Amino acid sequence: MRKPATLDIDAILDDSGTRIIVCCGSGGVGKTTTAAALGLRAAERGRCAVVLTVDPARRLAQAMGLSELDNTPRRIVECESGGQLFAMMLDMKRTFDEIIEAHADPERARQILSNPFYQSLSSSFAGTQEYMAMEKLGQLRRSDEWDLIIVDTPPSRSALDFLDAPERLGRFLDGRFIRLLTAPAKAGGRSAFRIFNAGFGFVAGALTKLLGAQVIKDLQTFVSALDAVFGGFRQRAELTYKLLQAPGTAFLVVAAPERDAMREASYFVERLAEERMPLAGLVVNRVHESPAATLSGVRSAAAAEDLQSRGEHELTAAVLRLHTGRMQLAAREHREQDRFVTAHPTVPVAQVAAMSEDVHDLAGLRRIGELMAKA
Amino acid sequence: MRLHVVTGKGGTGKTTVAAALALALASGGRKVLLVEVEGRQGIAQIFDLPPLPYEERRIAVAPDGGDVYALAVDPEEAMLEYLEMFYGMRRAGRALTKMGVLDFATTIAPGFRDVLVTGKTSEAVRRRGKDGKRVYDAVVLDAPPTGRITRFLNVTEEVADLARVGPIKNHSDLVRGVVKSPETAVHFVTLLEEMPVQETLDGLADLQAAGLPPGGVFINMVREPLLPQPVLDKAVKGRVDTAELVAGLEAAGLATGGDAKALAEALAEELAEHARRTEIERDERDTLTAAERPSYELPLLADGVDLAGLYELAESIRTQGAA
Repeated sequence: MRKPATLDIDAILDDSGTRIIVCCGSGGVGKTTTAAALGLRAAERGRCAVVLTVDPARRLAQAMGLSELDNTPRRIVECESGGQLFAMMLDMKRTFDEIIEAHADPERARQILSNPFYQSLSSSFAGTQEYMAMEKLGQLRRSDEWDLIIVDTPPSRSALDFLDAPERLGRFLDGRFIRLLTAPAKAGGRSAFRIFNAGFGFVAGALTKLLGAQVIKDLQTFVSALDAVFGGFRQRAELTYKLLQAPGTAFLVVAAPERDAMREASYFVERLAEERMPLAGLVVNRVHESPAATLSGVRSAAAAEDLQSRGEHELTAAVLRLHTGRMQLAAREHREQDRFVTAHPTVPVAQVAAMSEDVHDLAGLRRIGELMAKA
Repeated sequence: MRLHVVTGKGGTGKTTVAAALALALASGGRKVLLVEVEGRQGIAQIFDLPPLPYEERRIAVAPDGGDVYALAVDPEEAMLEYLEMFYGMRRAGRALTKMGVLDFATTIAPGFRDVLVTGKTSEAVRRRGKDGKRVYDAVVLDAPPTGRITRFLNVTEEVADLARVGPIKNHSDLVRGVVKSPETAVHFVTLLEEMPVQETLDGLADLQAAGLPPGGVFINMVREPLLPQPVLDKAVKGRVDTAELVAGLEAAGLATGGDAKALAEALAEELAEHARRTEIERDERDTLTAAERPSYELPLLADGVDLAGLYELAESIRTQGAA
């Protein structure tokens, strides 16, 4: 295997210039665990760190002592080093509600919060979570209460949606359609559709036919109520986007040594480069090594067959077959990582050996942190 | 069963199982549609094909006859098709797209996107040919992951809150009729690991609470037992007969003396770890049993998933009676 540069996790954590670490990767690769382990290690090395997690598995939340969805950071540990670890789970609906309440007058806020479209938007999974994760990250950073924020990105369909969030929001707000819908307020309450030209009228007719008049009305109320709030919203999303590009941010792509996950990792690395986001490196979780790596899979298999054909040493033969399987797995994982390294030779890599059990407590997280830093 | 919805935690091999299930269902001369909805082109990758267009096309033949068709649903295309089919509004559809209405609709109410996608799937399930028979004997949907599945399938409820009357409401009702019918089953793919098993149980509970029809549990990537249980039971406690291993390694000519001892100890460590993992797998299997759903075990493919592997999995699904 080509030897990639080693990702020095401790150097990143110890650098007081590192203010934000973003863990991104496809679903199921242990992203949240990586984020939590980094947070704990940072705290034990003297940082005041907060882990912002989006959708943690129940047990992992318990490992960090978080029992419920809670939109404010809670202290998990205070270390001898003077460092501290905080953690919070994003409650996207509450985050959204808070933005509305902070930026609209009470009457308008009430209108928005009770609108069926708002309720759908604010509690739905796709899209909103990315906006809110970005928003919360911005809030935490602005509060300046923590010197390191570690964020674990939402398990999106295309896991970099959070990068697109500000742009999509912009496109959404500048869209002709939203202007069409907000028109009645601006045109003194006349029907939105009447004041436009024939093309719009045609579309409006189609929409009314499609959605029904009540939906159009709800939608208009919602959009015009939200219109006033949105400006600042977009501005902050853009600020957060710039913050991510700044030198104090480190992106870590998290993967597992499997084809799909490594392919996604390649995609992330390219996407981050395109967006000029500062990539620190790749963390490969759950890598299988063998304590008996000096014995190759091929020799092991041949020896097992030999023993079996002679009808001797049944236990040894079985153990050798087990070892063969392990070496084959390790070889396959190497190949999958090789593809990545060949395509991205300059990206530093840290490997985390597979553990036989899931993480249940801080000791487990600490162990992951050690494995990551040892790489 | 006509509609098989396949979900699972990320990394459990959901798409692989959906593809193998489609192959298994197609065998014996049946016609099956495999639908992908997340725009990941996972089906094309597994079957080693160029990216699939928004079009039903035959991608595989089952071992004893039978066809698997595939479709990658694109919400925008689905919307245009839908407008044309029900309203004869192709031109209006283009105009709506150009104005970013779909973008808007899916941003403001992501549920609409899911309705379009489940709507297209339901249409394929219900579609009949000129002879009045169903066009597809079965439809397999490679659905979003466990965390989103109930919401995804129940999206018609959400949309019903937004559109209480009108064509979208009617369409939603139609979709709901298919999704909640006794001809539909939602299957979960899991591994014998803590988190996927926990998510499966949570997912099943959510599903049942929402009145959606649960199907089977597919335990993926199951390793064959290589060692007898008593050996594993001892190894878990760290008791491995290293003297026997040393003798065996020497007999096989792999190492002698101190080298053999060191190698035996390293292999013993590997064995103990394997035994611990096997024990966890056994516990997780017991936990799954508590869910009281039919379960099927699929072997770990030594060479990773390729076309031959898919057929192997399909065969395994058939012999276990899941298709």
